[in-house]
Amino acid sequence: MIEQGVSKQEIFERTKQTVGLYKVNFDVYEGETFVLMGLSGSGKSTLLRCLNRLIDPSDGHILVDGDDIATMDDKELREARRKKMSMVFQGFALLPHRTVIDNVAFGLEIQGISKEERYVKAEEAIAKVGLKGYESSKTSQLSGGMQQRVGLARALATDPDVLLMDEAFSALDPLIRSEMQDELIALQDKLKKTIVFVSHDLDEALKLGDRIAIMKDGVIAQIGTAEEILTNPADDYVSEFVAGVDRTKILTAENIMKRPDPVVSINAGLTVALQLMKKHGMSSIFVVDPDKVVKGILCVDAAAPASKEKKEIKDVMKTDISIIAPDIPIKEIIPIMAEDALPIAVVNENKKLLGVIVRGSILSALAIKEED
Amino acid sequence: MVLPELPIGETVESGVYWLNDNLGFLMDIFSDIIDMLISGFKDMLLFLPPIVFIALITIFVYLISKKNTKLAIGTAIGFLLIDSMGLWKLSMETIALVLSSALVALLIAIPTGILAAKNETAFHITKPILDFMQTMPSFVYLIPAVIFFGLGNVPGLVATIVFAMPPAIRLTNLGIRQVPVELEEVATAFGTTPLQKLIKVELPVALPTIMAGVNQCIMLSLSMVVIAAMIGARGLGYQVLVGIQRVDIGQGFEAGLAIVIIAIVLDRLTQNLTPKK
Repeated sequence: MIEQGVSKQEIFERTKQTVGLYKVNFDVYEGETFVLMGLSGSGKSTLLRCLNRLIDPSDGHILVDGDDIATMDDKELREARRKKMSMVFQGFALLPHRTVIDNVAFGLEIQGISKEERYVKAEEAIAKVGLKGYESSKTSQLSGGMQQRVGLARALATDPDVLLMDEAFSALDPLIRSEMQDELIALQDKLKKTIVFVSHDLDEALKLGDRIAIMKDGVIAQIGTAEEILTNPADDYVSEFVAGVDRTKILTAENIMKRPDPVVSINAGLTVALQLMKKHGMSSIFVVDPDKVVKGILCVDAAAPASKEKKEIKDVMKTDISIIAPDIPIKEIIPIMAEDALPIAVVNENKKLLGVIVRGSILSALAIKEED
Repeated sequence: MVLPELPIGETVESGVYWLNDNLGFLMDIFSDIIDMLISGFKDMLLFLPPIVFIALITIFVYLISKKNTKLAIGTAIGFLLIDSMGLWKLSMETIALVLSSALVALLIAIPTGILAAKNETAFHITKPILDFMQTMPSFVYLIPAVIFFGLGNVPGLVATIVFAMPPAIRLTNLGIRQVPVELEEVATAFGTTPLQKLIKVELPVALPTIMAGVNQCIMLSLSMVVIAAMIGARGLGYQVLVGIQRVDIGQGFEAGLAIVIIAIVLDRLTQNLTPKK
């Protein structure tokens, strides 16, 4: 009906059924963490459940390694659920009558794997999530954070390609949540699973997601990396959505640096340097060698008297300058700026100058968003 | 205006006679099975001398109730009291009747409850039947039971089974329906077959509720087995009935006390079997 151009409201009135999702198209790349992000009712959890068909989509395709989950018969679907994808739930959903290790081994048990073998694998998974020693505990004795570790271990035990995580950390208190996020990132660095993570918390999405899809009313409003979404929101909804984000955590040196222009060569004379500064109205200038490697910074108040004494740039430039890598977040740049009034050089791993950050660039980067 | 008189009573009566005439052989087989069951339990319970049996049951209760000393001592005292009142044989007969009827009732009730939980049509069919079974006065069951099976233990047991089944069906159905959605999703998401889901997730999670149904079933069996003495079921109920007919207060009270003791022990025992959350 949607394809015939009927509105969602009209479909509801005519069929008493709500359109949960439509025109949802996205790729998740192998080994990435893909976050489905949106407010409640936006269809993110429904979309996740369509991926393993806990909810059957009425139309469309779900391709994993080229196999279409949407058209599988019961047997193929069971096989895919057992081997290819596993799921972590918001309310942990541990089986109350089982111990930790029997919960973790659940997926393997379903596959009909022998007890010894599944316990070996389950113990590995328990160690991965840092619960060694709790194997025979009852799940009700564990704290929320630990229970969700069991949930995560259960999902990892079957060694699936895809992990579906439905608001996995939303039920945890903020401190534990943040801790679990860090651990998931660390685990993911090692395991390189393909993760589809549902979240209503934008900070969480930005922290975990290699890419993020922002959903609204069953459609995807925007897909992109954290920076893309923050710096270039696709529509008003997205920009409103990201308005409250702490940009200093997300934007990096690379996003706010200015082109390193002009710079002065270390072999040039002081007069040239002074002239460049005067022309561009700057009080300092970076000194580079012919390979654009930063050597130091020359300040006007040091350069002016020195030029009369016929000194060279390398005699008067300051060499203890602040240099940072391009992926440092603004949050960490601010304290450096506060200590030292001089501009900061952004350099690559070979110390080649990529850009400069002055106080004004941080302020304008943060201010732009307020205007939107 | 005069309302036409509907022949409901006559229809049911002729239906019962028709069943008896045409399905009599099935009734006979059923009757034999139940008779075997009862005498099996009875022989088992009366195999040992009372003192040895009481000692064994006390140890059994102690172990199964996770070292509940009070319950074990209470059981020992209660059974010793029954023996000293000279009601041992009759009591064991009553317990045999209760165990047989509860066993048959549960064998029917639990699968029916599972079916009702899984299938909406089955649920809508069983619901009014259960309401009917539970609200119909229990004495009414005794009449067709007598027609089908004559007088004795078997018709008493059949009436008891019918009477004791509904709560077990209801609570099994309820327990499975109350399994949290997320746990159902866990089972599905990890690729269970419907049978694996039932055995590994739904039944264990529903077990406390199902056990409450088992407890109810046993307690109702006990209460009905006593009433079933009216159609010739043996045991303590018969003793009570004789007490009433002769206005023998002492005899009636002793039998009643024995029934209370048995009821308490069976109740505590089944409650202790229920896993705690």
